[in-house]
Amino acid sequence: MAATLNPSDAKVGSQVGRSVPRLEGRDKVTGRAEYTHVMRLPGMVYAKLFRSTVAHGKIKSIDTSAAKKVPGVLHVVTVDDVMKVLKSPYYGPAFHDQPILAHEKVRFVGEPVAAVIATDPHIAEQAVQLITAEYEEMPAVFDEVEALTSDVFVHEQLKPAHTFADLKHLKDAKNTNVALSYNLRRGDFDKAFAAAEHQFEHEFKTQKVLHLSFEPFACICDFKDTHVTFYDSSQGPSFVRTEIARLLGWPENKVRIKVPYLGSGYGSKLYIKLEALALALAMIARKPVKVAHTFEEMFYQITRHPSTFRIKSGVDKNGKIVARKCEVYWNGGAYADIGPRVTQKSGLTAAGPYDIDNVWIDSHALYTNVTPSGALRGFGVPQLVWAYEGHTDMMARALKMDPVEFRRKNLAIEGRAHATGQILQDHPIEKVMDKVLERMEWSKPFDRGGNSHIKRGRGFAIANKAVISPTTSVAIVNVSADGSATLYCGTVDMGQGSDTAMAQMVAEVLNIPTEDVRVTPRDTDVTPYDMGTLGSRSLFHMGHAVRRAAEDARDKLKALAKEVGEPEGSNIPIAELFQKRYGMQAGNVIGSGIYKPDYTSPAPGTGQSPNVTPFWMLAGSGAEVEVDTETGHVKITKLITVVDCGKAINPKSVETQISGAALMHLGFTMFEKMHIDGGQVTNASLADYKIPGFHDLPTKLESLYVEHDQSNGPFGAKGVGEVATFCVGPALANAIDDACGVRIMEMPLNAETVYRALRAKMGKPLEDA
Amino acid sequence: MTAARTITFTLNGAPVTADVKPHHNLIEMLQGEFGLTGARESCGQGLCGCCSVVVNGRAVSGCLYLAQFVDGADVVTVESLDTREKLSPVQQAFIEASAFQCGYCTPGFIMMVTQLLDENPDPSDEEIKHYLTGNLCRCATYPEVIDAVKLAANKRKAVATA
Ligand code: FES
Ligand code: FES
Repeated sequence: MAATLNPSDAKVGSQVGRSVPRLEGRDKVTGRAEYTHVMRLPGMVYAKLFRSTVAHGKIKSIDTSAAKKVPGVLHVVTVDDVMKVLKSPYYGPAFHDQPILAHEKVRFVGEPVAAVIATDPHIAEQAVQLITAEYEEMPAVFDEVEALTSDVFVHEQLKPAHTFADLKHLKDAKNTNVALSYNLRRGDFDKAFAAAEHQFEHEFKTQKVLHLSFEPFACICDFKDTHVTFYDSSQGPSFVRTEIARLLGWPENKVRIKVPYLGSGYGSKLYIKLEALALALAMIARKPVKVAHTFEEMFYQITRHPSTFRIKSGVDKNGKIVARKCEVYWNGGAYADIGPRVTQKSGLTAAGPYDIDNVWIDSHALYTNVTPSGALRGFGVPQLVWAYEGHTDMMARALKMDPVEFRRKNLAIEGRAHATGQILQDHPIEKVMDKVLERMEWSKPFDRGGNSHIKRGRGFAIANKAVISPTTSVAIVNVSADGSATLYCGTVDMGQGSDTAMAQMVAEVLNIPTEDVRVTPRDTDVTPYDMGTLGSRSLFHMGHAVRRAAEDARDKLKALAKEVGEPEGSNIPIAELFQKRYGMQAGNVIGSGIYKPDYTSPAPGTGQSPNVTPFWMLAGSGAEVEVDTETGHVKITKLITVVDCGKAINPKSVETQISGAALMHLGFTMFEKMHIDGGQVTNASLADYKIPGFHDLPTKLESLYVEHDQSNGPFGAKGVGEVATFCVGPALANAIDDACGVRIMEMPLNAETVYRALRAKMGKPLEDA
Repeated sequence: MTAARTITFTLNGAPVTADVKPHHNLIEMLQGEFGLTGARESCGQGLCGCCSVVVNGRAVSGCLYLAQFVDGADVVTVESLDTREKLSPVQQAFIEASAFQCGYCTPGFIMMVTQLLDENPDPSDEEIKHYLTGNLCRCATYPEVIDAVKLAANKRKAVATA
């Protein structure tokens, strides 16, 4: 069907709100979709890494002589070689603290110390085995709370990047492991807490878990003396480009980042990961170099933040929470990555979706001697919700109030002020809650399982999150002379279905079928700037930019029609329009759009801001479990998750995002854990680190959304990539408590943890393993 | 490193030869010698199913299968399932049921589901879960995969009775 200038709406129908099958579906089911990890360039050589075996130490010597002699080895590289091609070998999004290869010191087990470049990956691997290093071991610090007061310092001196104003004061700071402290003060916590009828205090912890995208990290760098090209499994090509340009001292236009589909990322492939290393190695080899991780190596790249959360609440005699104090410690690992942002941007929601007049939040990013921590589907919020929703349930139980009614009494509803001072808008939290409860049949009698050793229970949790702000997206829509449309946008489709959703928005504006819109693969030479595919920001921010770009193209087409003498309202085929103007099938109409929301930075010290986020994400989960009190085994019989998606641009994609996020979080809640012994990861493989499979599916799983038009969103929409992760953990812990009266303060909730808790409750604790 | 040996086998119906070293696994050979990247290595331990390839009628984990072992064998990969005009019923069902997100695991699933339906044209939910236990999906599209298997079963029945 040829595109025309003013088609009657009936011709195409609404493109937004339709479950358009994914545009890249055919490529994915035929095995022909491109991923960096399986790409090869002509003449490409391979790098493998020699990694530190100690958690903290000075490098005394590195012996690469045997490795260099292996036939097929081209170079064996240490940081000294890197510094011959790049003056400063340090990179990172918040701090320039991470060396391309260990420099003078190592700071975690698994840190890259040397690299072998060879013609074949097996040769490189074999040569790595021949490298030896001597370290002068230093005391290490692993725990986030200890790191605050420890006299072991992971870094001699802090090196904030220039990106974030609130880190400036940390420049050159010494004798500290704190990479940022965020504080929020509202009202007078101390006074209100002291005066409160009931006082509660709990400490919750979360463990170290990681993304484990099935396409491990991969980057190919093709360096030429005048320009450089990367083929990169990255969630943020614009950031990579900026950072590589900085390292080279080059303008951005000489740095090109090409990103095919991603075998997902979940936050792991953000900012800068292997790119700086690949750059240095390609400069040394003067050939395209591929750095691609094995599955095991992902355990030494980036993980989620373990956390300790001390939470205190004062409750008045009517069951109203009047005061809350949150002290959150984030275990950032050896390099800051984006940890300071997690600390601040999530820290500001630590008090939960509740209406509390007196709030105190201290959120600390801490360096430790383990694999660095960064963003993982929720940017810290799941760790916070784990604590505050467990705390909420424990208070309700102690107060002998129904946990649902206790929440209802305290929820921050539309029009009330959030702890930051921002007045809540488009915050239909009761709607989300009601939908969960309705699907759980909460008001009906619940079968607790009688006298057998199988005890049944149910739990609920609710949460909100502020989208990270302020961030910028730019998009281009190109209408070709035959009337076909192409979208250039930097959002990386890593499985969330963004290409399809963005194409739907273009199609809606131009009144053409979505299937006719081409979305170009991301390539910073042609795709304009985007802050990154992170924090559920894309559909909202890039969605605005895409819509504006499409509107701009449409307006320009209309102007073109006027120019060639078409009457107002003409439905001329677009191809004819170009024909008339250029005398043949020639020319383009280019529309562009930019979006950056308004924002007021939180006031230093108090964290107050009237406009800290352009939208809120809301989620609630309900769970039913059966606990075998003889073994501690927990069977999840029901898991219901409801989110507010604003408007579902593609309903099927929204549902799969919700269920995928909920199930991923089920793994983090029930069994996933990186075991670390003296800094050494002891389960770095899929055989030893279990992730959810078919048999972990709850008996009944429901993934639902409510649509409350987001008034400032594109077509009323907002992002949903992470929101379903928030409540799964505490809903399950609350259900277990409901079933058998044990409260577990640290994930995972595996059979051993539950059984230990049951034994402890019986006064017969098991000895430590 | 040890010298390569020339092997001969059938790949997606065509006779082929390849020079492979003793340590090369099936995935490295398919990608390196034939440019077939549908089967891909992820865990490298035979646990995730991303690397599933059919050898002599049985699905194997290509990451653990030495390339030289396919000398004389019949090897079938995901790339054999579609033509320019048509996807296989299983592939079509995966698209319609939205049974993938990032798609990295998808070819492995498609190979296993094809084999499942060859053996059991009408599997129950429990049979599906049991048969596909060796396939993991980090995006956790499990509910959609179950839908896709059922949809594919119906499509295959419709083709068979047409
Ligand atoms: S890569 Fe072969 S089973 Fe995981
Ligand atoms: S779709 Fe991403 S791993 Fe299965």
